[in-house]
Amino acid sequence: MIKVEHVSLSFGDKAVLADFSLTLPAHGVTVLCGPSGCGKTTLLRLLAGLERPDSGSISGIAPHRAAVLFQEDRLFPHRTVAQQLTDVMPRQRRGEVARWLALAELTGEENALPRQLSGGMCRRLALVRTLALGGDVYLLDEPFAGIDPARRQRLMTALKQLDAPVILVSHEQEVANLADHVIRLDGPPLSLLK
Amino acid sequence: MRAAGALVFWLAVWQAAAMWVASELFLPGPLLVLERLCALAATAAFWQTTLMTLLRVLAGMVWGTALGAVLAVVTCASRWADAILSPAVKVIRATPVASFILLVFLWTDRGSVPIVIAALMVLPVVWGNVARGIRQSDPKLLELARAYRFSRLKTGRLVILPSVRPYFLSAVTTSMGLAWKSGVAAEALVWPKLAIGTQIYNTKFYLETADLFAWTLVVILLSLLLERLIAALIGAAERGGEV
Repeated sequence: MIKVEHVSLSFGDKAVLADFSLTLPAHGVTVLCGPSGCGKTTLLRLLAGLERPDSGSISGIAPHRAAVLFQEDRLFPHRTVAQQLTDVMPRQRRGEVARWLALAELTGEENALPRQLSGGMCRRLALVRTLALGGDVYLLDEPFAGIDPARRQRLMTALKQLDAPVILVSHEQEVANLADHVIRLDGPPLSLLK
Repeated sequence: MRAAGALVFWLAVWQAAAMWVASELFLPGPLLVLERLCALAATAAFWQTTLMTLLRVLAGMVWGTALGAVLAVVTCASRWADAILSPAVKVIRATPVASFILLVFLWTDRGSVPIVIAALMVLPVVWGNVARGIRQSDPKLLELARAYRFSRLKTGRLVILPSVRPYFLSAVTTSMGLAWKSGVAAEALVWPKLAIGTQIYNTKFYLETADLFAWTLVVILLSLLLERLIAALIGAAERGGEV
C-alpha cells in the first residue's frame, strides 16, 4: 500500500496540498482524475520523490524505485527512437527493444529522431521508455495525451499486465473508464471527491 | 562565388593602394608578396619554420582547450571552486598578452613561451563557453536523469554534452585565431629557433616588408585552414553521435 498521510505543500503563498491524506491500491491501474490545475501532477511528483512535502509523510515507495512518465515527453533530442529505450535499460535487457517498440507501434522507426516523429508517436515512445525503465511502481502523468482511443485501449491493457502498481494522472473521463480504480480529486488545495 | 568576388575586390584595393603609395618598403603589392611567398616556400627552412609554429600553436590550443574545459566542469560542479577560480580566469582574460609573454619568458625556455601564451589565451574563452553550455543544460532532462537513476557519466553524455557542444565549437573556432595571434606575438618577442614570429621580427632589421606580408599571409592561411578543419571534425563527430 502506498500511503500519503497529512501531506502539505505550498509554492509561495499557494497551498497545493493542505493536510492531504490518501491510500493507493497496491495492484492494478489507478487513475487520479481531476480538473487541470487541481494538484494531481504535484501529488505524482511527491510520490516520485521529486518534491518534498512541507509536512506529512509518504510511505510504500522505496526511494528511487518509481518509474516516472513526466507530463512532457522529455525525450533526448539527439537520440534515436531505439537509443531512447536502450539508454534507460541495462545492457542485458537490450534485446527487449523490439518488444517495446511493437507496444508503442513504432516498429520501423528505430533510427528516427524525436523531431521526425508526430506528437502522438513521441508520447507513445516516452510511455514505453518509462515502462522499459521498470520500477516498483509506475507513476504516469497524462500518458495518453495526444494518443487516439484505439491505441489508448491497447496501451491500457499492457499497463494492466505489469507486475507493479500503476498510478496514472489524467483529467479525462475516458481514461478513468479504462482503469481498475479511480480516485476523483479536486482543488487546489487538493482534496478527495466522494 | 561571392567570397571569390570579395577576395578579388580586396586584392584590387591592395594593388591600387600599393601603386598609390609607390614604395615597396611601406606597402608592397600583392604580386610582390606572392613572389616572396613562392621564394620562401622553395626553401626547406620555410616548411620547418611553419611546421614548428603550427605545432606550438596546436599544443597551446590543446592545453588551453583541455584546461578550460576541465575548469568549466569544476567551477560548475562546485560553488567553492567557482568562487576561487573565476577571479583568476578573469585576471588572465584582462592581463595584457605582452605582460604574460615577458613573465612566462622568465619562467621557461623560449620554445615553450608561445605554447603557454596560446594556451593562456584559449583557456578563458573555452572555460567561459563550456561553463555557459553546462549551465544551459535542459533542467527538465536533468530532472529526468535523476528520476531515472542515471549515473553522473550517463547524465553528462546524454544531457550535458549535447548542450555544451555548440558552445564548445564556437569557443574552439573563436580561440583558434587568438592562439595564432598570441603564439606568433610571443615568438616575435622571445625569438625561438624555427618560428614564424622570429621571421617576422627579423624582417624589421632588413626592412623586408614583403617578407613580413608573406609570413603574415602564411599565419592567416594556416589559421583559416585549421578553423575549417576543426569545424569539420566537430561536425563529423556530431553526425557520428546522432547515429
